[in-house]
Amino acid sequence: MLPPDGLISLTPQGLYCRAADVWIDPWRPVSRALITHGHADHARPGCGTYWAIGAGAGILRKRLGQGIELHSLDYGEALQIGDAQVSFHSAGHVLGSAQIRLEAGGESWLVTGDFKRDADLSCAAFEPVRADVLISEATFGLPIYRWSPGAQVAAEIRTWWQSCPQRPSVLFCYAFGKAQRILAELHALGVEQEVLLHGAVAALIEPYRQQGIALVPTRPLSALSRDEPLAGRLVLAPPAAQASAWMKRLRGAQTAFASGWMAVRGARRRRGCESGFVLSDHADWPALVATARQSGARQVYVTHGQSDVLARYLREVEGIAAEPLQGGGLAERGNPDGEVGREATADDTGETGAAIPGDITIGEATAGDTTEPGAEPAEPEGAAGLINVGLINADPIHADPIHGGEPREALP
Amino acid sequence: MRALVDYFREVPPGDGAWALHCLLGGQRRRLLTSLRLRQICLEGSGLPAWLFDDCYRQVGDSAETIALLWRQAIGEDRAGITVSAGSVASLQRWMEELLPPLTTLEPEPQARAMQELWQGLEPIELLVVNKLLSGGLRVGVAEGLVVQALAQLSGLEPARLRHRLMGGFVPTATGLAALLDPIDDDASLSSRPYPFQLACPFDAERLEATAPTSWQLEWKWDGIRAQLIRRGCQCWLWSRGEELIHPAFPELLELGETLPDGLALDGEVIIWPPAAPCPQPFADLQKRLGRKAPSRALLAQSPAAFVAYDLLELGGCDMRHEPLRQRRAALEALHQQLLAAPSPARAGLLRLSATLPLQAWQELEAQRSGARAVGAEGLMLKDLDSPYLVGRRRGPWWKHKLEPLRLDAVLLYAQAGSGRRANLYTDYTFGLWDRPSDAGAAAGDGEPSQPPVLVSFAKAYSGLKDEEIVALDRWIRSHTLERFGPVRAVQPVQVFELAFEGIGPSKRHKSGLAVRFPRISRWRHDKPAAEADTLAAAKALIETVGPPRSAALRHPIG
Repeated sequence: MLPPDGLISLTPQGLYCRAADVWIDPWRPVSRALITHGHADHARPGCGTYWAIGAGAGILRKRLGQGIELHSLDYGEALQIGDAQVSFHSAGHVLGSAQIRLEAGGESWLVTGDFKRDADLSCAAFEPVRADVLISEATFGLPIYRWSPGAQVAAEIRTWWQSCPQRPSVLFCYAFGKAQRILAELHALGVEQEVLLHGAVAALIEPYRQQGIALVPTRPLSALSRDEPLAGRLVLAPPAAQASAWMKRLRGAQTAFASGWMAVRGARRRRGCESGFVLSDHADWPALVATARQSGARQVYVTHGQSDVLARYLREVEGIAAEPLQGGGLAERGNPDGEVGREATADDTGETGAAIPGDITIGEATAGDTTEPGAEPAEPEGAAGLINVGLINADPIHADPIHGGEPREALP
Repeated sequence: MRALVDYFREVPPGDGAWALHCLLGGQRRRLLTSLRLRQICLEGSGLPAWLFDDCYRQVGDSAETIALLWRQAIGEDRAGITVSAGSVASLQRWMEELLPPLTTLEPEPQARAMQELWQGLEPIELLVVNKLLSGGLRVGVAEGLVVQALAQLSGLEPARLRHRLMGGFVPTATGLAALLDPIDDDASLSSRPYPFQLACPFDAERLEATAPTSWQLEWKWDGIRAQLIRRGCQCWLWSRGEELIHPAFPELLELGETLPDGLALDGEVIIWPPAAPCPQPFADLQKRLGRKAPSRALLAQSPAAFVAYDLLELGGCDMRHEPLRQRRAALEALHQQLLAAPSPARAGLLRLSATLPLQAWQELEAQRSGARAVGAEGLMLKDLDSPYLVGRRRGPWWKHKLEPLRLDAVLLYAQAGSGRRANLYTDYTFGLWDRPSDAGAAAGDGEPSQPPVLVSFAKAYSGLKDEEIVALDRWIRSHTLERFGPVRAVQPVQVFELAFEGIGPSKRHKSGLAVRFPRISRWRHDKPAAEADTLAAAKALIETVGPPRSAALRHPIG
């Protein structure tokens, strides 16, 4: 666990830096919040002041409200907040995503947030940053996960789509980040045909174009007249649309799902699509290990997903002091606190939500698609379990997903 | 379909034969165990064993775990240096030359050879190679589709192809050529069974529109579906799984040898002592299965009989195109003829499956309720005017099984599944109370009574919907009491209704009970654990439906 007197500590609201009196990606309303990126499990409404990367400000305002008090930053810009020096560095995850570095009292900490190191035409490239202490994600923290370049996957997607002119092709992907990455990669491949979009994806296209990111031509599916034929068209939709009435119009379509989870056949079969494309906005195993190594950190804390596995590997094989930062508040990051029922929540928390240790929330369960079957939630036992008990009692949303409503059983 | 036709048209026959073998689910000897493959992967990659096992838990399949890990473990720098012979080899070469010799090698050269083969293979190729080695390659293509593709390719009738495929396919170029040959090879066909006709689950609406007298009503026997074939002075007993099972049933082989030549009977193998009015439960048949040479004692204790219900060939003539009423008449005549002289048939080894009267649809349920008493698992309805068809066709044959028995049990333990269910807790163990919860109160004062305890009763894997599986998986993870290796003991609060086909006493189970084909029929969100059923309730089921008694016999059986 995080030492209580460290530069960053864990509070019921999330990761907290006392020196700056700020929280990082808090999951409850707080006075001052540093936001790594706009996914709903990282950026939550109701905080007094937000700091975030300017490139993602459009999306953040769209999701948290136009009236929020938001300080837009550039990557690498040095900032003094309270007694701490704060800087944001590109995380390569989605548009405007950042790792956050804090320094005070001669010690530096780095919170990676969600990150990836693969090239992505829709956002700035990952920047390696050194720090004394690293808090890293581990959504795909198993060596079975290793990504191919996005351009290669996009070419596979194009082949899949264009070899099926007699039917529509529906590709399910997370509405914020993955969808735009695919549109940008297709553009780079020279695709000129218009791609149709589900409303949740369409809503997030403009902020990308405003940032000068080149995408293929797009149109919301709803803007097409009813009798227009859809055979041979590519449609991007969030995973939640797969089992919804929205699919009626696309009856007979070939379907595929683009996600890192698709690397494993069992997960592909469970997803119930005809095809799966392995494309993730999270770091794969080599990237996770390389990042921990290159950070030069004397201590690594691992959160999200396979935190036990990555921490043990870093300790035993890489010789880096590392331990899981599981359970606790971080476990709750998939909790769409206060956002239950909002379409955006269901649409874009997918990959992240998948990795949440043990405790998936009602909001997600009903949305039906944010939880990835391929995810192995970390164990709820031990220290994590103890923290969870506290949270369960405090948090009505954190109820037993089966019986709904009130928690029926406390953890052992 | 199109992909299959194109493939078989283009592929060299040696490869096509092996591909067909794999598509039809043909099993071959396991060359290396999954455990050995894991060991070779660990040695070659230097990965810690615990990391491999963590990955396996996520993937749920050893062959695939290795395929995903190998490239990762050896790193980009070492991949692609050696292009292994395998990456360009044909399927035939893999199956006949590259893979089989691996088994005979000493451990060290074997590991080296394996790693060399893996080197330079794409993960998907690696997966297939590992599957072929460990004998676990299954391709998700229905046999019917494969047969249709071959029919389209060869211009032969699917039924004819199926007949030629019965009893196994030899994966050679010659075997494939013979399969697709326009002319039948009678010698090869003579030992093979006919493709079985199968029944669909009862559809009341559809049947009520027909005349009840147009159906042949029979018991649905709880044995092994089989064909007894007598041709050219030889005899074969084929199971529906297309295995020759006569070594396990020497008395039926003896019976077959007394039958007239050129005969094929469709029926059920079942344990049925000659003088008994009805057969023994399936558990007794299980004791006979897979035994090459059953002991005299076992033969005496559990004697088998062949219950015939259809006649597919008579005097060397294929009778399958004849309507059922004529096949049945011929079968009855044959049976009469066999009973005329002392013979194994007269000794009770060949029995005619009884037909039951059905004048009106209202009688059907009454007939069905008599099934347990005669040791049957329900009814069969067969259209008297229908020919004998290949496979499962909706219309001519219907099965109307007994309602399953049901009990409400409490979830005690869970274990993760594999494959599609990897990493999901889907293998469940359920318990019943050892005594009613109010037993203590009833006992009154005196010494304090023991509270009731849940005793493991049955395991079940199926019956829940996908959403329910996911929800239950989450619940299990957050309500674990204790872990025993891969098994989690959970808080005993979730109640499920289990359905099963039969129940009997068992010495092997803690509960003293064994159930047949248990599955989950309903998640009882409405029921608290204290209200789940007791062992006494389960034992009462044995008494009501248990092994049939002669007095319970309501219909004569031939």
